[in-house]
Amino acid sequence: MAENAIGQSVVRREGREKVTGQAKYVDDLSFPGMIFGATVRSSVPRGRIRTISFEGTIPWNEFVIVTAKDVPGKNIVALIEHDQPYLADGMVNHPEEAIVLLAHPDKYLLEEARRHVRIEIDPLPAIFTIEDSLAQKEIVWGKDNVQKSFLIETGNMKDAWTNGHVVVEGAYETGAQEQLYIEPQGMIAVANPADGVTVRGSLQCPFYIHKALIELFALPPEKIRVIQTETGGGFGGKEEYPTIIAGHAALLAWKSGRPVKIIYDRAEDMVATTKRHPSRTKIKTAVDKQGKLTAMNIDFVIDGGAYVTLSPVVLSRGTLHSFGPYACPNVKITSKAVATNTPPHGAFRGFGAPQSLFAIERHMDRVARKVGLSPDEFRRRNFLSDGKTMPTGQIVRDGVDLSALLDRALELSHFHDKRRRFARENTTSAIKKGMGLATFMHGAGFTGSGEAYLASIVAIEATKEGIVRVLTSSTEIGQGKNTVFAQIVAETLRIPIDRIEVTMPDTAIVPNSGPTVASRTAMVVGGLVAEAAKNLKELLKKKDIHFPVKVTAQYQQPKDISFDDKTYRGDAYGTYAWAVYVAEVSVDTVTYEAHVDDFVAVQEIGKVLNPTLASGQIEGGVAQAIGMVLYEKVEWKEGRMVNGQMTNYIMPTSVDVPPIRVFFEGVPYRHSPTGAKGIGELPMDGPAPAILNAIEDAIGVSINKIPCLPEDILEAMERSRA
Amino acid sequence: MITPKNLDEALTLLADRAAGWKPCAGGTDLMVLFEAGKLNHTKFVNIAALTELHGIEERSDAIEIKALTTYTDILKHATIQREFPSLVTAAALTGAVAIQNRGTIGGNIVNASPAADSPPALLAYDAQVELISVKGVRRLAYADFHKGYKQMDLQPGELLKSVLLPRTHAELHHYYRKVGTRRAQAISKVCFCGVVEREDRIKNIRIALGSVAPIPLRARRTETFLIGKQLSSKIIDEAKKIIDQEISPIDDIRSTAKYRRRVTQNLLEEFLCGTGSTN
Amino acid sequence: MPKQIITCTINGQSQRLDAHPMSRLLDVLREHGLTGTKEGCGEGECGACSIFFNGRVVNSCLVPALQAEGATMTTIEGIANGEQLHAVQEAFLKYGGAQCGICTPGMIMAAVALLKEKPNPTEADIREGLAGNLCRCTGYMKIFESVMRVFKGKGTDLEETCPHK
Repeated sequence: MAENAIGQSVVRREGREKVTGQAKYVDDLSFPGMIFGATVRSSVPRGRIRTISFEGTIPWNEFVIVTAKDVPGKNIVALIEHDQPYLADGMVNHPEEAIVLLAHPDKYLLEEARRHVRIEIDPLPAIFTIEDSLAQKEIVWGKDNVQKSFLIETGNMKDAWTNGHVVVEGAYETGAQEQLYIEPQGMIAVANPADGVTVRGSLQCPFYIHKALIELFALPPEKIRVIQTETGGGFGGKEEYPTIIAGHAALLAWKSGRPVKIIYDRAEDMVATTKRHPSRTKIKTAVDKQGKLTAMNIDFVIDGGAYVTLSPVVLSRGTLHSFGPYACPNVKITSKAVATNTPPHGAFRGFGAPQSLFAIERHMDRVARKVGLSPDEFRRRNFLSDGKTMPTGQIVRDGVDLSALLDRALELSHFHDKRRRFARENTTSAIKKGMGLATFMHGAGFTGSGEAYLASIVAIEATKEGIVRVLTSSTEIGQGKNTVFAQIVAETLRIPIDRIEVTMPDTAIVPNSGPTVASRTAMVVGGLVAEAAKNLKELLKKKDIHFPVKVTAQYQQPKDISFDDKTYRGDAYGTYAWAVYVAEVSVDTVTYEAHVDDFVAVQEIGKVLNPTLASGQIEGGVAQAIGMVLYEKVEWKEGRMVNGQMTNYIMPTSVDVPPIRVFFEGVPYRHSPTGAKGIGELPMDGPAPAILNAIEDAIGVSINKIPCLPEDILEAMERSRA
Repeated sequence: MITPKNLDEALTLLADRAAGWKPCAGGTDLMVLFEAGKLNHTKFVNIAALTELHGIEERSDAIEIKALTTYTDILKHATIQREFPSLVTAAALTGAVAIQNRGTIGGNIVNASPAADSPPALLAYDAQVELISVKGVRRLAYADFHKGYKQMDLQPGELLKSVLLPRTHAELHHYYRKVGTRRAQAISKVCFCGVVEREDRIKNIRIALGSVAPIPLRARRTETFLIGKQLSSKIIDEAKKIIDQEISPIDDIRSTAKYRRRVTQNLLEEFLCGTGSTN
Repeated sequence: MPKQIITCTINGQSQRLDAHPMSRLLDVLREHGLTGTKEGCGEGECGACSIFFNGRVVNSCLVPALQAEGATMTTIEGIANGEQLHAVQEAFLKYGGAQCGICTPGMIMAAVALLKEKPNPTEADIREGLAGNLCRCTGYMKIFESVMRVFKGKGTDLEETCPHK
């Protein structure tokens, strides 16, 4: 079965349906009697709802209308904290908060009606920035606006700054970013007291929705069913928000007794759903005469928005990556997620790590300059390697050789040759070129004891016809889970891949193998699939088997991995992917436009299960990160995104991306039966600092804030000239 | 929406002001507004198929581009490629292929966006426009067509019939540069088109700009200043000051006034020095 | 808006569509069961709704239904020849040109249009030809590769299966 097995570029399982237009996404589905739902939102960032009135010449009696008082169970979106309502009741805390739901068979009349719901709100003072939230200009959440905080301390910070070391301080900022999956969010719900609630839609995490709908409807788990439809991209954007749309569609269906479809249009999707958390990081480091880091003081803050949602775990991952892939004896990290009156920020590929790694990797370049070392040499002197300890106390055991990765990346990108050449040529050219690099890691799987707590289960069924069915709640969102799981089973059972079915998640059928997030699907769930396949193989050796048979496998924390959630010490992640990225950039000093001309991505991701899919993940992530750095800027006004169109929120097109050259090293992960590590989020982390480091190399101007659009480059060049 | 049989029928419909008909051609601008609920209007005359408004005609003194000519038609036209290369560049940079296949030169003009891509080229080539209504045809310099933000010298019931590009035997240097945040599918933040005839001194020069004023702008004062001048860094610096006074850019969600000012000046310099992306 | 009958040809079959004249062709096609044409933005920016309209690729979200009167159209459903995939579809499948798949139908239409126009495209031709089709998953690399492979491989059968030469 070599051609079907692990390590081969097996063709995407659902690819044929996708290239022929036959794949069914949520908006492609219809049910008898189905009507359409719409959401009426707040108009102000913060205030008290006074009145809701239904105006105009709309036939309101034909409409299904749902407000907070129609909620059968608890009006909360059950996730980490129970602070967010499904429908605002009394207070609104951000300008896109849902207040009224409408449904009608005619989409056009529905849209007309939405414009005629008048909601009077008495405004209250609101805050929109990290600074105002930290300064408690208004208290908009809890006692002090702080949704979560962490402290990590190791060594002795006191003496590190005094004895002749080079001390460098810096402040770094990252902005919001829209996931901009090309398929807008949507759900279809069927709900009634007799049968319970069934929702279908575009989503990453079926059991998140399942859990929340149990609370919303006060129904037993077996009365809630969540089914994924083909999903047109997620990137974290369909991690938590689909729970809200599912609930809204279900509330309308529950009240009307008819199937209800809610599909967001692009504008609603962009302004109302979650985006990447804006952040600011302050870093102070000391370096000794040998160019070794002796102390790091990092203060990392993210803007959580109006409700907590996933901010504590985003903060956690950001915090646990904030020190980069470097060893340092004395480290103090403080971090906070603070509330503002913007729509809650949420999961987005990288989940906090791109923000804090941007800061440390920009900082490392600045320190290298200060101590007179090349950016690669300074990093090399400080790399973590096997046996070294991270600030969390975690001892690296990945068998990683970052120096070798760095060498390879420098060579493939001609880093030093080009740097020298550009420095020469830039003096006479209006287009200035530069080279920049970033070295980083990305922890695979849930943070800390997350995986142990989740205790994911997968199941595999075999029928007497010889069909093997893989049952997990992992969703195919384009990353290739269907294909990779089939490859794993084919390899383990030595059967042709076309006898394997990878089931579309349906909570009535599949066990809870956890959400499709955190670069965990291939590594953690794929590992369980391999284990279950092994169990099946053993079972099939027995005589007298009554088909169909079903086997399961459940996650168990390896004995040598432990994390203390209280002290935040221990093995933050079972393993990490490690990478060195190099960007070649040109800056046009006529228009201040920066363009990435070449991009080299070298990474160690464990065993590569499917090279085409794996490199596709890296290429897509790098392009998305290039967008985050050079093109994509969310324009805010009073907590509301005002450029919520694809015309005005600029993502890279096919002419904007450079050649993205992807290279893998593979040291198999010791605790994964397949040897795979996480990969999906890694490529989001490195490009931002690599590109800004290259811009500094090109124009000699230090820019420490992303996004960095031509207007920002102009401003920075002027500041540096002044 | 209704489809008239021919141009006359369309003009008759449009002449009835009380009926409130408006024309719709390729739909690339109009459908966006319509779908977003930004057009209350629902009565449209479908002019897309009117053969009288299609085609490019070459005459000895001018090229006539009929209003419903698409960007794709323009950028494939050999004579336009040769004699009016900046218009071809503009067409190639308007949206991408699918938009170029539907969007029309007439629509690009009468949509009256200051950020439209072809107007700066038309202004720099000293285009004329012909307008038609039941009353007949009138012709005017395109430079006089845009009156203010979304204001045009276009009477109710009038349709844009064609654009005329005067041909010349002069040896010209053509320069067109659209600055958007990305390289394709962008809405310009600054668009600059320049045509210059130069011997020792500047004999003739036309400069037009998009996205830096309420209308597509002809930089006449800068032109006047430059005619007859021999280029030097001092002259270029003075021209940059003059063009800066001619434009009136704003801060909006796409860019800043400051950026637009600076880039306009830089583009002028690049154009005059002849070092940049010339056609 | 009253509906009216629009007569046209879709994927080689003559059709009568009942639609509001100002409806978006995209919606009319989808309501007609041709859901392979996708909506990504509704403003002609993303290209997910690309179809062939009288032989040229257009954004169906920007075409008022009435203008489809008498038109000949091909949607993604009409690209394969029965069970036989078009060379472009085959290449996207094989070389990783499709990930989440939502941009794929439109991207394939744009790629077919490009290869029809330029059977031997350079990389720059491919980049420009696909610039109206946004993809958030692939970073475009595997899409370029897929298109490149079509013309390097068996580009000729494009002519046989492409409905508009």
